[in-house]
Amino acid sequence: MAKATRPPLNWLALFKESGVAALIALGLSIVMFGLRTVDQQGGLGVQTRWSWVVFAVVSVFIGRLVLAIYRETRQPPHTPSGTQDSEQNRFAEFVRKISKVVAPLLIIFAIALPFLPFSSRYIIDVATLVLTYIMLGWGLNIVVGLAGLLDLGYVAFYAVGAYSYALLAYYFDFSFWICLPLAGIFAATFGIILGFPVLRLRGDYLAIVTLGFGEIIRVVLINWYTFTGGPDGLSSIPRPSFFGLPFSRRVPEDSETFHTFFGLDYSSMHRIIFLYFLILALALITNFFTLRMRKLPLGRAWEALREDETACRSLGINPTNTKLSAFAIGAGFAGFAGSFFATRQGFISPESFTFIESAVILAIVVLGGMGSQLGVVIASILLIGGTELFRGLEEFRMITFGGLMVAVMVWKPRGLLAHRDPTLRLHAPSHTPESHKSNT
Amino acid sequence: MKTNASIPLLTVEHLTMRFGGLVAIDDVSFTVQNAEITALIGPNGAGKTTVFNCLTGFYTPTVGRLTLNTGTRRYLLERMEGFHINKHASVARTFQNIRLFPNMSVLENLIVAQHNRLMRASWMTIGGLLGLPGYQKAQKQAVDLARYWLDKVELTDHADVDAGNLPYGAQRRLEIARAMCTKPVLLCLDEPAAGLNPKESAELNQLISYIKNEHRIGIILIEHDMSVVMKISDHIIVLDHGSKIADGTPEAIKEDPAVIAAYLGEEA
Ligand SMILES: Nc1ncnc2c1ncn2[C@@H]1O[C@H](COP(=O)(O)OP(=O)(O)O)[C@@H](O)[C@H]1O
Ligand SMILES: [Mg+2]
Repeated sequence: MAKATRPPLNWLALFKESGVAALIALGLSIVMFGLRTVDQQGGLGVQTRWSWVVFAVVSVFIGRLVLAIYRETRQPPHTPSGTQDSEQNRFAEFVRKISKVVAPLLIIFAIALPFLPFSSRYIIDVATLVLTYIMLGWGLNIVVGLAGLLDLGYVAFYAVGAYSYALLAYYFDFSFWICLPLAGIFAATFGIILGFPVLRLRGDYLAIVTLGFGEIIRVVLINWYTFTGGPDGLSSIPRPSFFGLPFSRRVPEDSETFHTFFGLDYSSMHRIIFLYFLILALALITNFFTLRMRKLPLGRAWEALREDETACRSLGINPTNTKLSAFAIGAGFAGFAGSFFATRQGFISPESFTFIESAVILAIVVLGGMGSQLGVVIASILLIGGTELFRGLEEFRMITFGGLMVAVMVWKPRGLLAHRDPTLRLHAPSHTPESHKSNT
Repeated sequence: MKTNASIPLLTVEHLTMRFGGLVAIDDVSFTVQNAEITALIGPNGAGKTTVFNCLTGFYTPTVGRLTLNTGTRRYLLERMEGFHINKHASVARTFQNIRLFPNMSVLENLIVAQHNRLMRASWMTIGGLLGLPGYQKAQKQAVDLARYWLDKVELTDHADVDAGNLPYGAQRRLEIARAMCTKPVLLCLDEPAAGLNPKESAELNQLISYIKNEHRIGIILIEHDMSVVMKISDHIIVLDHGSKIADGTPEAIKEDPAVIAAYLGEEA
């Protein structure tokens, strides 16, 4: 029925639209692809790559045309809001059912991963990296997804955690298990110190200030050479021990190592697997903490603050303290993740804490669907695991990354799993007053 | 109306609010009695919402004293900052443009309103995280209070729906229920009937009268529909261009020449 009423395609308009897109691509690709600086004897030279520009423009033109034709033929000109609503409801129902099953399955899979036949050192390393970002995503989700505070400098707290661990271990010789909580507390303290003057700001202003803070921390780390080692970074950071048992090949006098204690042959995989389980545990703690907070008054106040700060004040909720708590707790989890990062790498430098890290973590939260815990997992696997897989593509890796983000934002503007379940209910989930109404 | 010559719940003295050169409220004084509906009326831009914003801590008055007397304690509202007014002095309000938490469920909206009580019960979250029984009990009580008000505003069936998905009239009622969940001694309603159809409007009047009669709290009501104001209010205050032009019982206001002039035009 819809087919009969659809007007014929307006080819002129479609070509015009694609032409405009191609023109924009031309402008961008001339500078991005067309000109390339190369090291020459006696200075920089410019190399031109016009074939790349042609390729980019043609592919944008064709891509845009295909997209436009798809849009014109698929979607009826006016979607009645009712059908869209029910479609959304069905999707929400689907997500709710699936997360009940998928979440435990994912946890079981994560625990079993190191023992599966196909697992290798490379796979465990990638999985550890993905889990680090899942933990960071979950931490940032408290700040951005729940409390609605746009933080563009989250990596600063990650850096504070990493450097706290490295410096505490270096100056005081503390073990990993003492440094880990201290690093989290330091990062949370930094969150409070920054948050106190800044959290009065709303929206864009907050984003700008946090962005600046992230850069300030990095610049301080670079320039405070005597304390932080500056751009050289800090090396020989102590590796974690298995509750006092080190993972070393050489057995020190009068003590034992992990492999001698358990009567195993030495393998470098032990530490890799231990680190993997460590980040898995840290990430799961972050997750369960968040899930629990959402059901507590403070967590509900975070969400209420995201929804309407003025209304919160009229209900006697202290906006400053509530925001500060979200900011500090989010920062604390970044601090834990940071000290994990330091102990895993054994070496840290300011280069690991650039703005792009903040952007990637934020992208994970936004792509996953603000506030969705499972969304963060899926987005991390896609973004971090995906870019790892596409390493062979070299320069195209970031373009693929960007393309993926654009695709998700076109397809699901509120993120992959933008569904929110109430934190407590009066009736069973199947109780839907609307459905009664629309049926009658 | 006889008020037993008791101390008023709220005493507003010489309230003045200036925004730069604009005088939004000019030396307004009035009182509000407990267990009465005090209507605040006046043409658009008269300064009614600004009075509410001063009372509930959104604006700090340029001049004036706002005394709330609960019988056991006295609060000087003009000195209290924002959220303290609801938290300590128990003044609750609704907004002319509805301000719910649209992506949270109806029930959650009512639970958030009981934040301070639940925070205390959860030991500032720590006890709640550890799963102490005191918090569970407090949450149950909070749900019971929410259920009571859901029943009163006829939203029990919609308790688990997102507040933003409710029809307009239901959102207005939910906002009142949410304000009541803070257990106020003074409730400020900013045009609660705006945008309602006659049937919804009549139900709303019943609800407001019910709150007055059963909960014995003071209510200040901003309302444009004169027939409603005359019917349910005990006391009327008329503002025009930021000044109080009349103050009295509905019968007295109906006859007041200044009010008639303001409402029917200057030449009348
Ligand atoms: N924050 C503000 N800044 C400047 N002027 C304001 C502000 N709030 C209110 N006003 C002005 O005060 C006057 C009274 O407004 P308001 O109290 O909203 O009127 P009412 O609610 O009676 O319709 C209006 O002229 C309005 O423009
Ligand atoms: Mg108004």
